[in-house]
Amino acid sequence: MSGSNALGGKVWKFGDNINTDLMLPGPWLYRSAEEQAKAVFINNRPEFLREMQPGDVIIGGFNYGMGSSRPAARSLRNAGVGFLLAEALNGLFLRNCVNFGFRAFECPGVSTAFDEGDRAELSIDDWTATNTRTGQTLAVTPIPSMLLEMMLGGGVLPMLEAKGLIARHQAQAG
Amino acid sequence: MPMTITEKILARAGGEATMRPGDLAVVDVETAVLMDMTFLPEGWREVLKLHDPSKVVIAFDHLVPAPTVQAATAHATGRKFAARFGIERLHDVGLDQGIAHAVVADRGYAIPGTVLVNGDSHTCAAGAFNCAARGVGGPDMLYAITMGKAWFRVGETIRYDFTGALRPGVSAKDIFLYIAGTHGAHVNQNVEYGGPGMGTLSMNGRRTLATMGAELSAEFTIFEPDDLLNDYMRQVNPLTVTHPTMPDPDCVYRERRTIDLGTLEPLVALPDAVVNNSVPVGQVEGQHIDQAFVGSCANGTLDDLAVVAHVVKGRRVAKGTRLIVTPGTQTIYLAALKAGYVETITAAGGIVTPATCGACVGGHLGAIGPDEVCLTASTRNFKGRMGDPSARIYMGSPATCAASALTGVITHPGSFFAGDVA
Repeated sequence: MSGSNALGGKVWKFGDNINTDLMLPGPWLYRSAEEQAKAVFINNRPEFLREMQPGDVIIGGFNYGMGSSRPAARSLRNAGVGFLLAEALNGLFLRNCVNFGFRAFECPGVSTAFDEGDRAELSIDDWTATNTRTGQTLAVTPIPSMLLEMMLGGGVLPMLEAKGLIARHQAQAG
Repeated sequence: MPMTITEKILARAGGEATMRPGDLAVVDVETAVLMDMTFLPEGWREVLKLHDPSKVVIAFDHLVPAPTVQAATAHATGRKFAARFGIERLHDVGLDQGIAHAVVADRGYAIPGTVLVNGDSHTCAAGAFNCAARGVGGPDMLYAITMGKAWFRVGETIRYDFTGALRPGVSAKDIFLYIAGTHGAHVNQNVEYGGPGMGTLSMNGRRTLATMGAELSAEFTIFEPDDLLNDYMRQVNPLTVTHPTMPDPDCVYRERRTIDLGTLEPLVALPDAVVNNSVPVGQVEGQHIDQAFVGSCANGTLDDLAVVAHVVKGRRVAKGTRLIVTPGTQTIYLAALKAGYVETITAAGGIVTPATCGACVGGHLGAIGPDEVCLTASTRNFKGRMGDPSARIYMGSPATCAASALTGVITHPGSFFAGDVA
């Protein structure tokens, strides 16, 4: 693995229809981004935050990120999740991944190609994901370059800052 | 090239001749709606340049009247922002107050044939008005109000044709529960509604169904325009130029499905998931409930309050059961007051709250406690959505909720309506 667009980490598997309330539960909506990142999956999988290492990978099923517009993608990014691959991403969740600079992509077949604890490697340069245990490589569905640029550039806010449209951020992780 | 409603609206707003599935649409935003949550300090940034104040609507809704200092601070930020840029459409706490999507509906802010965005997932509510409306994220809203634009991945379209008419006691919520239960999620797809039976649905019924498009995970949920819509727009927002948009006759749908409204029955979604989770009321009849809730952007319309009042009139909410009713806007609250619904519901032991997102989002005015059971006519029944994660949330129509509040157990509403559908 080499280059900034190549990443890898241990796999945490989730099923279909993982909703945003699970990643960012209602009672945390009004807390700081830092505190929100400590509540990821607290209701359905409390061991996730205790045991995950920075760079670990989430692999999800169909309609990952269904639900509300709350910034669940920001919480995953701030919690240190390296990237996320799912059979299909919810459209609104994808928007937030682009906007908050969190790497999340669709990768058909990913939920059967990986087991819990496998190591997943992602190359955005050639749009592939590899299971290092089995050696199997899957095609990752590319997203339009305008969106990829925003996602890899840290999201939409740095772009609006650079254009002088919004004030620069002075507080913590946003 | 023939296009669906969604494709046509996005093409027009994007200045393109055509728009087809797979395209990235970068479009002009006609209406950008900011809710109070957008102004919370963790998401909001000071705006230095605004694209066009006349295209912005602000509605405080999740946190009204402010239950916390943090909420009050967000409201103050919103007021200051409105004053700085001369934004006239500010719906503050008071008579103009309401859930953003319901305010948009009341005031005719959703212009047929145009694009509307809001940082709340149920923005698709405005699809009832033939508007390409989508819930986006907080950063998308900053992008929309400063750049005047939004981007969308164009998906394939599923078309639903309605025939027939709903039987008494069956509502738009039941149509939704049928679609969600039968066809599941519509991820990355647009949903369009039309057909000869569409005209039998009131604007309020269409709003319920359009709002629930978020629960189908649809990109857009859009109704065809008709005389009812055109008359409504002329009545509430007569000066606006609308662009009613019909699908082209030969446009390509991923699938076309027909639903005979006359065959539908009251349904309930079981706890924790809205899609693929619907059962006939009879299957869960007798299930104990602690609370029944009717409200939210999906079911806080005057029609919904009328149904609740009809069912509970002259009766009493069961001992040990709470009935919470939240109108979508204070305008609806006032209309319900004048029509006697508020008095009827209050006398029956229900609580009619001010307009807010409130209990639907597990906020103030109706949160549920550990191990409690709620039957809700609102938007979501996700685990932990309305309060404690150990609580169980069933979803049904306002009629089913009201009937169940009277007995304290899930109850079929049929006997309260002429032409019993039981």
